[in-house]
Amino acid sequence: MHELSIAMSILDMAEEECGRRGAEVEAIHVKLGALSGVLKEALLSAYDLARTETTLPAAQLIIEEVPVMIFCPRCQAPRSVPSIQHLCCSECETPSSEILQGRELQVVALELRS
Amino acid sequence: MNSPRIVEVRKNILKQNDEIAHALRGRFEEAGVFVVNLVSSPGSGKTAFLESTLTKLRTDFRVAALVGDLATENDAIRLARSQVPVRQIITGTVCHLEAAMIERNLKDWNLHELDFLFVENVGNLVCPSSYDLGENLRVVLMSVTEGEDKPLKYPTIVNSADVAVITKTDLADAVEFDWPVAAKNLRAVRPGIEILQVSAKSGSGMDAWLQFITSQRRDVVEHLVWHS
Repeated sequence: MHELSIAMSILDMAEEECGRRGAEVEAIHVKLGALSGVLKEALLSAYDLARTETTLPAAQLIIEEVPVMIFCPRCQAPRSVPSIQHLCCSECETPSSEILQGRELQVVALELRS
Repeated sequence: MNSPRIVEVRKNILKQNDEIAHALRGRFEEAGVFVVNLVSSPGSGKTAFLESTLTKLRTDFRVAALVGDLATENDAIRLARSQVPVRQIITGTVCHLEAAMIERNLKDWNLHELDFLFVENVGNLVCPSSYDLGENLRVVLMSVTEGEDKPLKYPTIVNSADVAVITKTDLADAVEFDWPVAAKNLRAVRPGIEILQVSAKSGSGMDAWLQFITSQRRDVVEHLVWHS
């Protein structure tokens, strides 16, 4: 259950930004990769719990899930994968461990109201 | 009322951990110590494997270990039998090790006096995958008694590992462990991953493992010498 500490880090970042900008945070946009090791549902519950203890109890968490993309050595192109249990090209099935996206665990934007 | 404005932030949520891990990696590199992070589920045989590794390695190298556990010092007490410096990190309720815990627990250890530092993570196949500890090598352990489909159940941690070690091979026949299926599952999740097979109990496969990590260390250290 490391989602709680992740949720607290997200809130820390948002609090710092809103303090710096003197604005109220309405929403926090987060990118969550399929290989980030963090589950969306668990993060949302942890976030609900964590935000009550902060200066941003009304800030919403908006999660964008990012699927895995690999570079396929055979197609010489970025490709999706059938699942995170099967890291191969969805077109030609060539395995690849060159991951182009899907590890994201990132705060991308804040919605602020001054 | 004004409509909200959107400001771009683009910050990694684990930025703080990543920064500490980055600084640790620099310290390890400068001191010439090769750091191995062992991750697995509880009961996969990490401690027995580490005890055997430390005991065999200490004849030729200077080795030490940090061991993470939620509540007890049992692992450190067991590992102390290998007669190398061992320190327990009790995480309390935290289900994984973080870079700051490593930094804090290195305290007075002189890294220049070490060739290898082993970090035994908390037994957990989910949470440790997100936390960089500044290690050179992340090893995922999986025992034959856990079943061949473990990699498919925990793809994230397997995907973050550099090498997989299958443990308790002395029990493989008893549990009818299917080697080709296990290898297929590991490589589906992490194409190309090196797979080693060991039994800390019988000693089988330990030499190949020791050869593997000493050659990995040599590559890193020689690379550094070449660049300095």
